[in-house]
Amino acid sequence: MPLYVPGEDPGTDFLNLLRQNGLDPFPTNLPGTIDAGHATTVLALRCAGGVVVAGDRRATAGHLISHRDMQKVFAADEHSAVAIAGAAGPAIQMVRVFQLQLEYYEKIEGKPLTLEGKANQLAEMLRGHLPQAMQGLAVVPIFAGFDQARETGRLFQFDVTGGRYEEQDYATSGSGSLHAGTVVKLGYRSDLSESEALSLAVKALWHAADEDSATGGPDPIRGIYPVLTVITDQGFRQLSDEESGAVFADFREELAEG
Amino acid sequence: MAMPGMYVSPEQLMQDRADYARKGISRGRSLAAVEHQGGIALVAENASSTLRKVSEIYDRIAFGGVGRYNEFDQLRIAGVRYAELKGYQYSREDVDARSLANQYAQMLGQIFTHEMKPMEVEIVVAEIDSDGAPELYRIQYDGTVADEQHWCCIGGDSEAVLDRLSDGWSQDLDRDAAVRLAVQALAGPDRSISAEELEVAVLAADNGRRCFRRLDDAETESLLSV
Repeated sequence: MPLYVPGEDPGTDFLNLLRQNGLDPFPTNLPGTIDAGHATTVLALRCAGGVVVAGDRRATAGHLISHRDMQKVFAADEHSAVAIAGAAGPAIQMVRVFQLQLEYYEKIEGKPLTLEGKANQLAEMLRGHLPQAMQGLAVVPIFAGFDQARETGRLFQFDVTGGRYEEQDYATSGSGSLHAGTVVKLGYRSDLSESEALSLAVKALWHAADEDSATGGPDPIRGIYPVLTVITDQGFRQLSDEESGAVFADFREELAEG
Repeated sequence: MAMPGMYVSPEQLMQDRADYARKGISRGRSLAAVEHQGGIALVAENASSTLRKVSEIYDRIAFGGVGRYNEFDQLRIAGVRYAELKGYQYSREDVDARSLANQYAQMLGQIFTHEMKPMEVEIVVAEIDSDGAPELYRIQYDGTVADEQHWCCIGGDSEAVLDRLSDGWSQDLDRDAAVRLAVQALAGPDRSISAEELEVAVLAADNGRRCFRRLDDAETESLLSV
């Protein structure tokens, strides 16, 4: 357990602490490239009182389905979530380090980062990840949360280079994002209630799965449904598979009625 | 070359350092940790609401320090780093208070014998383990580590406070009663301490992954006024 002298102290930067201890979470200068797919649909949209973040459950390896119950939406901390698209291994590693960074900062400083600070931190990690992205292991997350200072939901889209773009209404990422984005765009209103936003997310995910082979749809036989989460001033909440299933059941009725 | 007149016996040297550290610690106010049903309450007399004596280290582990603030805060940060690195490398369940307390003991022992000045601190490491069982470790300025049962106190007036804790403690204390006991023990019979002068936090087994929770002044006040 080292005590650092002022010039070498890693401060509130968890990545820096890892590197100082010989644990680089994002190795660079790897020889060659890997073709790892980025098949997914994740999305976030603002609603009254917060933001809804959702994602499908399918992971693919080439044309094969490798996992049917992947989690692609994660609580980053109590009041924010990160949804990932891209190479699964590096993406999950990035989420893990991001979660640890937020908690580490909070404990060292005695108070949490602002939502803006968290988004910038994720952008910084993406910049650090760029060499791996160039080698085919791109990660393209969405970050969303409830800003307690502004008392509103906010969401951020990113690109592989670490570009950070705040969106007012909604954001999508992954191979099915075009389809999902179109559905959200057509159905979006600035005054959506939480349940209306969840219904719209379900509709968008269903259409994405309907068009994109790499996006998974609802799987009632196994009881596996896309992940639906809500973040409000009460914090992060993930709907259970039963609750998600119920939202899909409502959508099925809507489809049947035409 | 021999330097007559510069010789100090090791016994004397250690004695002087210990006296120095104890003097620094005894100037500060005390901190008490009390086990109760489902958790551990940590209560410190602290006029500042920003410079903390009690803090979160990890999911199930809390830290309390008395003495020189900059020194025990340095230890707190080192503890957070140790726990986070260990949890990252292995798993969150592999982070425990016993190994952290040993790390602190090594560090303080090393500083006590090798540095110019010992740390003027006394710390407590508290944990609710995965079965809900409480653990308390007290580590002194020279690296002495003790595994405490049911309650513990660090800081200036600890002897008297410990007597009062031992008189009042029982197996069936709930959280509020444990906090009241700690406050009464810190205050003694002749004075009372207001909520603003107190720093209260609990490790609660039912608080989800992160067991540590601070009680704000209003919560503390309503709890003390019963």
